[in-house]
Amino acid sequence: MNKSLIAIATMVAAMLSGTAHAGKTTDAIRERGQLACGVSTGVAGFSAADSKGEWRGLDVDLCRALAAAVLKDPTKVRWSPLTSQQRFTALQSGEIDVLSRNTTWTLGRDAGQGLVYAGYMFIDGQGFLVPSRLRITSAKQLNGAEVCVQTGTTTEKNLAEFARANKIQFKTLMFENLRAVLKAFFSGRCQAFTADASALASIRANDSGKPEDYMVLPDRISKEPLGPVVRRGDEDWFALVRWTIFALLEAEERGITQANVDELRKTTDDPAVQRLLGVSEEVGKPLGLDKEWVYRMLKAVGNYGEIFERNVGPNSLLQLPRGINALPRDGGVMYSPPLR
Amino acid sequence: MMRWRNWSLQCLVVGGVLLALYGLASIVAAKMRGLGVEPGFGFLWQRAGFDIGDALIAFDASDTYGRAFLVGLLNTVSVASVAIVASLLLGGALGLGQLARNRLLARLCEAYVELFRNVPLLLQVLIVYVLLIGRLPLPHEAWSLGPDVWLSKSGLALPWPVFTDAGLVLERPVLGRFTFSGGAVLTPEFMAVAAALTLFTAAYIAEVVRGSVQAVSKRQSEAALALGLNDAQTLRFVIVPQALRSMIPPLANQLLNLIKNSSLAVAVGYPDLVAVADTTLNQSGHAVECIAIIMAVYLFLSLVTAAIMNSWHGRLLRQQGGY
Repeated sequence: MNKSLIAIATMVAAMLSGTAHAGKTTDAIRERGQLACGVSTGVAGFSAADSKGEWRGLDVDLCRALAAAVLKDPTKVRWSPLTSQQRFTALQSGEIDVLSRNTTWTLGRDAGQGLVYAGYMFIDGQGFLVPSRLRITSAKQLNGAEVCVQTGTTTEKNLAEFARANKIQFKTLMFENLRAVLKAFFSGRCQAFTADASALASIRANDSGKPEDYMVLPDRISKEPLGPVVRRGDEDWFALVRWTIFALLEAEERGITQANVDELRKTTDDPAVQRLLGVSEEVGKPLGLDKEWVYRMLKAVGNYGEIFERNVGPNSLLQLPRGINALPRDGGVMYSPPLR
Repeated sequence: MMRWRNWSLQCLVVGGVLLALYGLASIVAAKMRGLGVEPGFGFLWQRAGFDIGDALIAFDASDTYGRAFLVGLLNTVSVASVAIVASLLLGGALGLGQLARNRLLARLCEAYVELFRNVPLLLQVLIVYVLLIGRLPLPHEAWSLGPDVWLSKSGLALPWPVFTDAGLVLERPVLGRFTFSGGAVLTPEFMAVAAALTLFTAAYIAEVVRGSVQAVSKRQSEAALALGLNDAQTLRFVIVPQALRSMIPPLANQLLNLIKNSSLAVAVGYPDLVAVADTTLNQSGHAVECIAIIMAVYLFLSLVTAAIMNSWHGRLLRQQGGY
């Protein structure tokens, strides 16, 4: 009796104070004072600890943005480095609130395992790394070539399907160990090396010795949309994560950056910018957030474009072009519904 | 009474072991069903979906997992047979070399044995492989080792007879845009595994040979010399036939080790049985079945080898009238 009274009282209080109920995961995060974020054990550009032990990367910045939105402090994150075998169990068991760890969005994972994808932060695809001296411009010209593969779950299957679809033939060399396959490729044992394009970019930059002697071909032979995953059954938290990504995209579209966000908040006349930065309406309210959540996120990590540039963009270690991950106006597919 | 008790006790033990195995199997099966994988060997008839670069029989992605296993098995058998023959020859020579009267030769053979049996085999496989792919030229600058025989990073390409409409034709390797096609190719992976297995096992075989020869009484060779036989004749007609009797059982051990050691091929990407099984269990989720197949195949190969060696030993003992 007492408990239900308290519950009703809390609800009434919440309604009066104007904050919508934020969902049980959000409540748990606020109570804990920390966001539990599942990341990789070390993938350069996405989630990796730097020499000072600080986590950096595209997936890491999403968790910082979430912490800035929910806890008003981007540093209040507890990082859980997870292997690919551990990642889903950790989320299912409630050990982490969100899995932000270059994980491909597929039907089976989205529907069959008690999990749901909140969107995508980066669209990857299997590509080919070749020596520049071969002077080829497309993977379709690799007919008859020896291709090195690290045996994984789908890499060699995608390669075989690509060859079949294009009526070409490869001589496949399968290696279990990454070091061995890199040794073979860089010694010239095979003429191409296939893996996810973001991994190839990092290998070209860090392991080749001479990056200019190698190039990643433009072909993408598989679809690998990588995005954050949450548990099923908490739509409020799901919506919060999903709209966090959209807000980061919207900020880029409106030209709001980490550097000019303070300035714009004071001076802008653009109603869309005013709305986003909480000057006029409160777009965060239905998510259970206050009106400055986007402002705090942008102060902490910048907009999506800045996150991309800093971690994986042309001037980063990975040197990836924006490509399909650009906004629609630049030919990409990173689209956000209206934030209003 | 005593006998009856022994029997019943043994039946009880065997029954208990079988029951435990059955229990284990049903737990595994239930766990696999829970993960959405139907236990059993039915997956062997499913489409594999991956290519194998080095196959002795035709194989592509539309073939079954079962055929992929067959490709892996043939690769294991071929690399092991080549290494068995080569290591017996090399090991035999090194073993006799250690006993040579020429001090330099004997010390060199001893040095070889100490070096190669004390460096881990995995390391030897990797060193040989890295040397091969590092030192050999690119396919376009391949070394010519005779008419239509080319050695490069892509391996040793040589002419090979193939059946066509016009009958048996010698197909020659042709350099394409990237590498050689046609004819037969010994890949650097195959060469590295075969060479490392040979070098490693030969060191052990050399010791077996040396020990067995030294075990033959010194008076035997003195008697042979007294009869006017020269060194080579003494060795061939007197020493080796007697040494063989004690040599074969430890030799069989070395050959069994060699067959099992061939699974290190996976380190350099040679598609042997273990490599194919690894890829298959990764893709199909049938880990338990794949491991069971690996175990069964190595057990079978080892038993066959042991049976051959035992029958040779038995025949030798009968011929020589036993000990």
